[in-house]
Order: sequence, then structure tokens, then C-alpha cells
Amino acid sequence: MAGRKRTLEAISFELVMSVIAMIALVIIIAPSLVVLVVSFTSGFSLRFPPQGYSLRWYAELWDAWQLHFAAKNSLVVALWATGLSILLGVAAALAISRSRTLSARLLDSLFMSPLVLPALAFGLAALMLFSLVGLPVSPLTLVIGHTVVCVPYVVRNTVAALAQLEPTLLESSAVLGASRFYTFRRIVLPLIRPGIIAGAFIAFMSSFDNVPVSLFLRDAATDMLPIRMWQDLEGKLDVTIAALSGVLIIATVALVAIMERVTGLSRRLTN
Amino acid sequence: MGAAPAPRDVTSYGMGLAAPLALFFLVFFVAPLLQLLWLSLHNDTAGLHWGLGQYLHFLTDPFSLGVLGSTLLLGAEVTAVCLVLGFPIAWLYQRVGPKLQTVIILIVLLPLLTSVVVRTFAWIVILGRQGIINATLQSLGIIDTPLKLLYTQFGVVIALAQVQMPLMTLPLITALGRIDPNLDDASCSLGAGSWRTFFRIVLPLSLPGVIAGCTLTYAAAITAFITQSLIGGGQMLFMPMYLYQQASTLQNWPFAAAISIIFLLAVLAVVSVFTTLGRLSRGYGGA
Repeated sequence: MAGRKRTLEAISFELVMSVIAMIALVIIIAPSLVVLVVSFTSGFSLRFPPQGYSLRWYAELWDAWQLHFAAKNSLVVALWATGLSILLGVAAALAISRSRTLSARLLDSLFMSPLVLPALAFGLAALMLFSLVGLPVSPLTLVIGHTVVCVPYVVRNTVAALAQLEPTLLESSAVLGASRFYTFRRIVLPLIRPGIIAGAFIAFMSSFDNVPVSLFLRDAATDMLPIRMWQDLEGKLDVTIAALSGVLIIATVALVAIMERVTGLSRRLTN
Repeated sequence: MGAAPAPRDVTSYGMGLAAPLALFFLVFFVAPLLQLLWLSLHNDTAGLHWGLGQYLHFLTDPFSLGVLGSTLLLGAEVTAVCLVLGFPIAWLYQRVGPKLQTVIILIVLLPLLTSVVVRTFAWIVILGRQGIINATLQSLGIIDTPLKLLYTQFGVVIALAQVQMPLMTLPLITALGRIDPNLDDASCSLGAGSWRTFFRIVLPLSLPGVIAGCTLTYAAAITAFITQSLIGGGQMLFMPMYLYQQASTLQNWPFAAAISIIFLLAVLAVVSVFTTLGRLSRGYGGA
């Protein structure tokens, strides 16, 4: 009797948890699928399901020079910000990762703080400072601002990769007569490279998608893709944006698949 | 090359390597925030007269306080929804094979890396007057006229919950993975039911993950201004948009600076409350 009761009780628990988990997973994935389907509509509205299917909005996208221009700007800024983040972030991660000192922990908190502080407030603050020192907003100020909010991802993932590194490897290398630089180049770097790549990838994606910092630090001539899309959506519901969203979703899926192969991204983010 | 060199720690690197980034942050992150603080303490736009006028204005203005209140409330609602939906995903993750685990992680991860504008756009398609929900309900004959889902608190909360769900789920998966599965079995074999085991064993032991997830979700939800403005529309105003309007449209920089500082402090307060809870819970979980 008691055993039977317990199983019923166990079944009710498993059922409730599984059903909520399924609903949650559907809620997570559904919006992207909906946009993908709607982007192939042959009509002018964003009805789901569409009345008919076509590639016309993707063809329209081909000629949307404003979006091309904005996409190019976003890409260039994201590449520069990612490069700068790798350069500054990996060096900083090497310094703070194996140190237990107070200054290392303080620096770690400082480098991570852009992740929790409102980026819009930082964007405004940076704009005020730049205008105070007489530096006009430009692609340069965009790269600087983006680097501040993207570098934490590189630091965090590199620190995590360094924490997995066996210290005896470094000692053996030193005992065998290798210089510190040689050890770094031949032992440390190859082992932490996947971590650096994973961090750089997330940094790149978040720069490419950044609105709050770009909003304040771009000049009128530098249109950025997410801002362009946002403003288009505020005005009218354009199906071209659905096609562009489709392109971005497919590109993201492809990049994540590559990153999963190269760096084991999913394990990195749950450990 | 006679005497052996003094033993040197070869496993760590000098703090000097952190200097470039530290300098970069000092100039482009710390200095701007100090400048923001400095300007917020002035009563005039030119920054000539010191005073607490901007803060007094905010703290005595029912409209501003209302915006702050609704922003903090929004964060709490989104965090609660994410926790209720995210926890079962993490629970399911521990119960399936490695193949399905990768699938679950990738499903959770994808939205995190997909453009926020795209994800928000998807919710406009779903919640709109001709959107999926209204179309389905109408074709089933449940409603005659479309429900208003866009530009409502409900719409903003559900869209933000989806957008921020990965930030809750990933730390939960990590935390649940660290719990010894034997504890579960032990509890059950000692006669505790599954529900009891969950609330008395699994949930308390996963508290560090819960708190980490809540911190990230809350901070992200209250600052997510794209989703807030597109799904909330013109009638619903939250702190980020309020800040942006004051700074950009009205060019009232000192007041915008004060809004930023108040907003920053609110975020910091929430984060430090969560961090303190996290420290306490780690002691609990480790016991």
C-alpha cells in the first residue's frame, strides 16, 4: 500500500516537472521558429501561419542597401572590439587567474562589473566623458565602448580555461629548460585556446547585437544593424525585417554549431 | 650561469599583465562613471552649481518614483517566471542521456546568442492583434475580438522571461549537476516522497545556482530596454527608456545622470542582496 502510494506520488512529481520543462523548452524555441516561418510568407502581413510561401522578402533584403550599410558597420565594430577584447582580456586573465591576492580579486570584480551594470547608463557616461575631453563620437568611440562591455566574456572564459590547466605541466616545462614565453606559446596557449575562442565568440555576438552603448556613442553617419532594426520595428511592421531575422537566426545556429565543435561551448557554459 | 637561479613560481604570471586592461577600464569605464556622478550632483545643465536638486526632483516626483517602482517590479516578475520555468529544465537535464543533454543545452543557449531585436520581433508576431495567440483563440471560437496582448505588462513579462531564460537555466544546470545523486536516493529510501525530497533536499542544495540565476536574470530584465520599449510600447515607461528620453530627446544631462546613478544603485543593491544570500546559502549547502 505504502509502496503504491509512493509511486503515485513519484509519478505526479515527475509528470509536473517534465510537463513544465517541456512547456519551457517550447517557449524558448518557438519564437525563433515562428519568425523563420513568417519570413517565407508571400504576403504583406506577419500572419502566422502565412497564406502562401515565397522567397520574395529575402530577395527584397538583397536590395536593402540601408540594412547592408548598417550590417557592415556592426560587423566592423564587432571585429575590432573582439580583437581588442582578446588582446587586453587574455593578458588580464593570465595575471588574475592564478593569483589569490586581494588586488587580483578586486580587478576580477572590476572587469566583470560591465555585465551587471546597466549598459545604457555606461553609454551615457562614456558620451559625457568623450564630449568633455572633446573627442567626437565616431567608429573609434564605438569600438572603445563595445570593448568595455565585451571584454568580460573573454576574461571570464579565459580564467575558466586557465583554472583547468594542470600547474605541473608548467613546472615540467620549466624544469626541462623551456623559457616562460616558450612554455606559454607551446603549452599554455594551445590548452586555453578553446576557452579564448569561446569567450571571443560570445564577445563578438554581444557586440554585434549591442544597442544601449551604440545608441550614445555612434555618430549620425554610422548606422548600426540592431538600432536600424529596432527603429524600423518602432515605425512599421516590415516583413523585410522578418527575412533579416531569418538570416540572423540561421547564421547564429550555424556559428553555434561550429563553436560547439571547436570549443565544446555547451560544456563550457555549464561548468 | 654558475649558481642555480632562485626558485621562481612558474605557474603564475605577474600582475603587470593586467595593467593594460586595468588602465583601459580606469580611463573608459571608471572615469565616465565618476563623471556621471559628478554631473548628477549639479543643479544646472552647465554643471556650475553644486547641489542635490536632481536627486530631490527624482525622489519627490511621483512619476519618476512610479517608473522606478514598475521597473523593479517587472524584474521581480520576470525572475519569478524564469525560475519556475527554468528549474524543471535543469531538473530534466539531469535525467536524460548525454545526447539529449546537448540538445537541451543548445535549445537553451540559442536564444542567448540570437539578436535581442530578433527575439523581441518574434514576440510582436506572436502577441500582435493578428498574432498566433489571437488567431488561434479566434479560430477556436473562444474570443470574438482580438485580446490586447502587446503593450501590456503580461506581454512584457512573458517576452522578457523568454529572452532571459538562459541566464537562469545555465547556472541551475551547473548547480544541480553538483548535487550528489545518492542524496536523492537516500532521501527516497528513507521514506520521503519525491515532492518532499525536491523541496527539502534538491532545492536547498541548489540555492547557489538559484541565486546566481536570479541575479543575472533580474539585472538583465530591468535593463533590457529593447524588449521593454518594443513590447511595452509608448504607454509603459521603464527606467532605461526614461533615462534615454531625458538624455537624448530632452538633453537634460544632469537629470539623466541622476536617473543613471539611482538606477545603478538599485541594480547594485539587488545584486548585493543576492550575493549576501548566496554566501549564506553556500554555508547551508556545504553543511
